[in-house]
Amino acid sequence: MTRVILSALTSHWWRNPVQLFTLLAGLALATALWSGVQAINAEARASYDAAAATLGEAQFDQLVASDGGLIAQDTYIALRRAGWLVSPVVEGRLQGVRVVGLDPLTAPGGLGPVSLSEGADIGAFLFGAGQLFGRAEVLEALGDTGADLIVANDIAPGTIITDIGLAQRLLGQDGAVNRLLVAPVQPLIQRPLSEVAPDLSRRAAEGGSDVGRLTDSFHLNLTAFGLLSFAVGIFIVNGAIGLAFEERRSMVRTLRALGVPLGRLMALIVAELLAFALLAGVIGVGIGYLIAAALLPDVAATLRGLYGADVGGTLSLRPVWWLSGLAIAVGGTGLAAGAALYRLWRMPLLASAQPRAWAMAAGQGRLWQAALSALLLVIAGGLTLWGEGLAAGFGLLAALLIGAALALPVVLDLVLGLGERLSRPGLVQWFWADTRQQLPGLSLALMALLLAMAANVGVSTMVSSFRLTFTGFLDQRLASELYVSAADDAQAEALVAYVTPRVRAVLPLISVELTVAGLPAELYAARDDATYRDNWQFLEAVPDPWDLLARGEGVLVNEQLFRRAGLSLGDAVSVATDTALPIIGVYGDYGNPVGQVILTETLFRTLYPDIGPLRFGLRLPPEDVADLRSTLRDDFGLAEGAMINQAAIKAFSLEVFDRTFTVTTALNVLTLAVAAFAILMSLLTLAALRVPQLAPVWALGLTRKALGRFEVARAILLAVLTTLMALPLGLALAWVLLAVVNVEAFGWRLPMFLFPGDYARLTLFALGAALLAALWPARKLARTPPAALLKVFSNER
Amino acid sequence: MLLTVDHLTKTYPGAEGPVTVLRDISLALAQGETLALTGESGSGKSTLLHLIGGLDTPDGGAIVIEGQDIARLDDRDRAALRRSVVGVVFQQFNLIPSLRVIDNIAFQARLGGGYDANGAAALADRMGLTPHLAKYPEQLSGGQQQRVAIARTLVARPRLVLADEPTGNLDEATADEVMDLMLELVAESGAALMMVTHSGRLAARLGRRLHLRAGAVVEAGA
Repeated sequence: MTRVILSALTSHWWRNPVQLFTLLAGLALATALWSGVQAINAEARASYDAAAATLGEAQFDQLVASDGGLIAQDTYIALRRAGWLVSPVVEGRLQGVRVVGLDPLTAPGGLGPVSLSEGADIGAFLFGAGQLFGRAEVLEALGDTGADLIVANDIAPGTIITDIGLAQRLLGQDGAVNRLLVAPVQPLIQRPLSEVAPDLSRRAAEGGSDVGRLTDSFHLNLTAFGLLSFAVGIFIVNGAIGLAFEERRSMVRTLRALGVPLGRLMALIVAELLAFALLAGVIGVGIGYLIAAALLPDVAATLRGLYGADVGGTLSLRPVWWLSGLAIAVGGTGLAAGAALYRLWRMPLLASAQPRAWAMAAGQGRLWQAALSALLLVIAGGLTLWGEGLAAGFGLLAALLIGAALALPVVLDLVLGLGERLSRPGLVQWFWADTRQQLPGLSLALMALLLAMAANVGVSTMVSSFRLTFTGFLDQRLASELYVSAADDAQAEALVAYVTPRVRAVLPLISVELTVAGLPAELYAARDDATYRDNWQFLEAVPDPWDLLARGEGVLVNEQLFRRAGLSLGDAVSVATDTALPIIGVYGDYGNPVGQVILTETLFRTLYPDIGPLRFGLRLPPEDVADLRSTLRDDFGLAEGAMINQAAIKAFSLEVFDRTFTVTTALNVLTLAVAAFAILMSLLTLAALRVPQLAPVWALGLTRKALGRFEVARAILLAVLTTLMALPLGLALAWVLLAVVNVEAFGWRLPMFLFPGDYARLTLFALGAALLAALWPARKLARTPPAALLKVFSNER
Repeated sequence: MLLTVDHLTKTYPGAEGPVTVLRDISLALAQGETLALTGESGSGKSTLLHLIGGLDTPDGGAIVIEGQDIARLDDRDRAALRRSVVGVVFQQFNLIPSLRVIDNIAFQARLGGGYDANGAAALADRMGLTPHLAKYPEQLSGGQQQRVAIARTLVARPRLVLADEPTGNLDEATADEVMDLMLELVAESGAALMMVTHSGRLAARLGRRLHLRAGAVVEAGA
């Protein structure tokens, strides 16, 4: 019996291949966009974890210098003698590669590429020329160091691992280490840390990586986009399943009348859907892999540029990822089919044999839809006024988008009803009335279009506003015409002496890492110079902040530190042990993930006398930059790579910025394409149902071509109305992204700008998509044979 | 006795309170007998047929088919009854639009596990359906579709055929043609036939007649 029932159920799909294609394609696209994003996230997170595992941040407590500086090797030896089981770590960057030095003899188990228990060649690692472990491309980037190069693909991307001595030599860090790992089991008797090394503080194991947490908001953004695309895809699936089930209602009733038990029938329908979900899921996961592979290099560049996080550029096929892709396909199908399945389950066997109009059924729920929409919009309003945190920000986005999407059919129904009432009786009135009648059948696709367009408007406004602000910010921050770096303190001293008579000002760039208000931050020194006074703008400041800064009576902080730590003007922040100064100004610092504090140079040098500047900004007329560069290269002997002019830095920064949003743009376009596909499929499936509605109009004297033209006009009218609603919704979305989500995720609030040209282009694109989507079904209608139209009347009795 | 209906009642909820559709109906039908159910619209004919076919459940009374009171059966057992003992021919044909004619004819017999391909082919031939076997229902006329529906029922060899105005959607000539064929085939199969019809002319061609008015039997006769 099962085989016979299945043959009847599946015969529907063979007779309606477009419907089957819509279902599978919608589900595959939804799964693809979701799992593509998840693949990127999983790859990035795996890279962070690998990096964290390399340094043991996740597993072990660490001892670090309280002032954020280096730890003398003597301190390490003193700790070992005092009974502390600690192991040194050296870390730094060389040629853009992260160099990590470990001591395999004292490192806690499982850390690093070699250990005593593995029987590996410890001698080669420790002695002679030494060994460098890393991925092939990283070893190549590092160049020739004289050490043996060992390719190891399990090392974190962009990282090499070596013996501590070799790392110190490569990084020019002799006699000093960056941190000490604390073994989990310590001797019962040991001298307290405050006695042995009072300048060190103990940092608890983090159970994850700093960078992982830092980039959470970026991944959350990607996930939100993936979810939005998935939702748009599920709209298609819901439409396809709803229509298919509606068309199969009479078949289900007949099957039951012929003796098929309801339970068996439902089980087979669920099995059928499960098979489709798995098939589409496999296709979707495959496409998702391709999407992820295409986007990953840009994401890796973004994460490196924005957060300094190294992510591998190649994708691994992780079982968790593809299994979750299949699970989301099955879950999405369940979500899309749940209501239809319930209706079938509850359908009385003897309900009217007349096929219920799908459109009418959809229309019945409109009141509920309007109520739910109003509720969601009220929730969105409440979250705007009282919500706090990133979760509330995303909750606001979700409530706003879903509420608006649910409101769309209600609003369109009102507008079309108004059009009908205001139009002249006759063909035009029929057009409005007929369009209104088609609304329920098209509403899901139009909701998908609304979401896709609003996301486009919102995200493009956010990105463009961000870019405009960022460009202005670069002009403000990168005021120096040329930036130069010295190799060491001696060269720095000579360089300053050499350039001082040749430029208007030499601005040292000097900083130290420290913890401010419990958050990691960088403390920068600023020389009292017109460059800062003329170019920097404050978001908030006390009167005359530069004078106060110059006198060492206060500090400036960046916006992200200010917001994250909940600081106010006048609050004192610690800039060194026993030294705290009030905040006198807050400045925008876009793109920087960590907090920043600016102190006057004189006070900085008093507090940190051992730290000297190696980088300098030089102020000189722009036309003199080329001459100075050649003089510095030829006369002073400064390497070309140690000089970079302002234009190059700006270009690089903007390139990083643009790559950051390549992924967003790609996902935007894909979401819009999915929405266009939804419209095409809805129109195509509706075209088949349209014949009985159009036959009377045809019989009354309208040509089939004219009917086709009306179909195109109808699609465009609906797309225009949807666009009119998508624009304000998109701007609201942009506001939420700029004023709520960005503040919570990154710590900075951006001004919002409007870009009418972009919106006009997007509108044209949406209308073009609707036009293209309508052409095929319209052509089909225009070519409907008269016999098919006549059949409508011959069946009437 | 193949079928015994005893003091059957059925009530539906209505806008102004419950509406009694059938009151105290009793009847009996033996193997090979034919019975016409007549009456005005709303008299309860179709409801009675649906209850006997196990498509709905009564509020009171008993429907005993081959010694089994189907009012006491659950959905699964009533479905089994429809697969094996009872065959229903609907006014709206209720063919499966996505299956070809041949598969529609075979469908119910396949469900019950007693499909005889040769028997089905012979029946289709007698009903003039052979040229249409590869077509889909939508490609057939109303009369042809009803023949397919009758063939689907008879190929499954039910002991009781229930027909709900099987010619109600057909013109007079086609209706007569379909009726001749159905009566002939039912007689050959030895099944009992109970048919709902508005037509006195068609009712007269059946062995017995039961006339309903407002849910009650008002007239019974040969």
